[in-house]
Amino acid sequence: MANTAQSATAGHGAEGSRRDFLYLAAGAFGAVGAAMSLWPFIDSMNPAADTLALSTIEVDISPITEGQRITVSWRGQPVFIDHRSAAQIQQARTVSLDELKDPQPDQARVQKPEWLIVVGICTHLGCVPLGQKPTDPKGDFGGWFCPCHGSQYDTSGRIRRGPAPANLRVPAYSFINDKTIRIG
Amino acid sequence: MATSSPSSSKFYSHPVVKWIEYRLPIFSFIDHSLGSSYPAPKNLSYWWNFGSLAGAMLTIMIVSGIFLAMNYTPHASLAFDSVERIMRDVNYGWLMRYVHMNGASFFFIAVYIHLFRGMYYGSYKYPREVLWWLGVIILLLMMATAFMGYVLPWGQMSFWGATVITNLFSAFPLIGDSIVTLLWGGFAVDNPTLNRFFSLHYLLPFVIVGVVIMHIWALHMHGSNNPLGIDTKGPQDKIPFHPYYTVKDLFGLGVFMIIYAGFVFFAPNFFGEPDNYIKANPLQTPPHIVPEWYFLPYYAILRSIPNKLLGVIAMFSSILILFVLPWLDTSRVRSGRFRPVFRIFLWIFLIDTVALGFVGAHPPEGWYLVLGRVATIWYFLHFIILLPLLGWFERPLPLPASISEPVLGGARTAGAAVRSMEKN
Repeated sequence: MANTAQSATAGHGAEGSRRDFLYLAAGAFGAVGAAMSLWPFIDSMNPAADTLALSTIEVDISPITEGQRITVSWRGQPVFIDHRSAAQIQQARTVSLDELKDPQPDQARVQKPEWLIVVGICTHLGCVPLGQKPTDPKGDFGGWFCPCHGSQYDTSGRIRRGPAPANLRVPAYSFINDKTIRIG
Repeated sequence: MATSSPSSSKFYSHPVVKWIEYRLPIFSFIDHSLGSSYPAPKNLSYWWNFGSLAGAMLTIMIVSGIFLAMNYTPHASLAFDSVERIMRDVNYGWLMRYVHMNGASFFFIAVYIHLFRGMYYGSYKYPREVLWWLGVIILLLMMATAFMGYVLPWGQMSFWGATVITNLFSAFPLIGDSIVTLLWGGFAVDNPTLNRFFSLHYLLPFVIVGVVIMHIWALHMHGSNNPLGIDTKGPQDKIPFHPYYTVKDLFGLGVFMIIYAGFVFFAPNFFGEPDNYIKANPLQTPPHIVPEWYFLPYYAILRSIPNKLLGVIAMFSSILILFVLPWLDTSRVRSGRFRPVFRIFLWIFLIDTVALGFVGAHPPEGWYLVLGRVATIWYFLHFIILLPLLGWFERPLPLPASISEPVLGGARTAGAAVRSMEKN
């Protein structure tokens, strides 16, 4: 208690007393330590190693006939693989970019024109659009129709009408050979 | 920093604080609970750190447990693998689990020291009996929580520990077997048992938090006991909890955390059993079943008595007897510092419980069985015979007139002490 009086007088000097320094330094050290100890807890909620290990899949595309669409699961998300017909490619490529909400030429969205590969998740709020089955509604542009809020996609998976802001996302993929692709 | 009132009045002058305080007096509530407006005896030693250390451990257990539960699967065929996934795949999952595993041990270390502190300084005596009861209830809840948590990894020790402990209830006549079937949700420890243990293991810590709040509430009614065991006589015997004891508690927390972190990082399986890294096998019991260290004394008491029902009753009694401790101890002097004979017997009692723990870790044969029986008898003898008699026959040392007196010396009057407080 007598120290308090002493440090108060010492504090009248320049910026503060030795006690102020120790108080702030210890407090800062503790605060930084506490903040750092939070990181493991937060990071534990990120994808675990086994989840990340599932990030690539290989798909045999040889059984998919022209005009047929299949859905595969990649990282828990549906991926649409569309073996497009010449007419569908033609339809996707003749559209003027000015008409598009998210302008992108079809050539930039495919590696081989007959294979369209997109993540089957509506860019509005994450529903899976209809159009994979022959009996599904495909919207006015022959692509996909999202039942949640009515977004419509064309044969290149581009947004044409409805609330979605962007085209269906094209995942990273590569052709291992003519029959097999690797997604992710 | 040295005085309480200026800082708190500065605090309340902030308009936002004022606005909230007027509607919900939460700032003054905190200030009165563990702030500058809570006067505590000025002679509290480091033995008084262990209550807040136990509180810190409870917080750590709840936080690490919540994050573990995000990755744990309570299913008999998936639980073990999900724990291994936490260890290998989940980011910092190994850290969460080791923090939680060792945290249980350090929680018990803090609580046992806290409990022994209370026994040594007579903290359970008038007017703190309910405070003591609440503490015993917390201990019982902790034991249940720790036991059920130990079952969750679904290793061999988990499974057979669960089998043995739940089978304790089969000792009760007539209804015993029905109770055990009810606990299991089947005819053996299996998936339904694991599911309900997980549910309760998540629930009980929050029940503990509730009882801890009542424990602190009861504590604030008459304030902390102190190493002298005498009542505070006035403001000259007290100092504000903040900053004096917040800083002292934080320092103690730092030391405790260093030791705890030492185990988490350098000896994470020190308190564990290797057998629990073998997946539960309902068809084969491990050759040597041992509970976690914090249950060993009770386990030794259970095994010392050659009758199933009496063994179970003795084991439960060994904890339940703490409820009547305030009345078994007939001495009106609280602190062991002024009770020369009690003090010796309390240390013997501590050695006795450690001996019971030692016996509990070994198979009940030969020498261990004899030691276990002697130690069990002494355990109850201490409570039932020694404590009541000591109150009558022991001649306590003279008590100081006040907390200030031994510190400030006889020359300083209480009035002078008050004035020296006021100067700051």
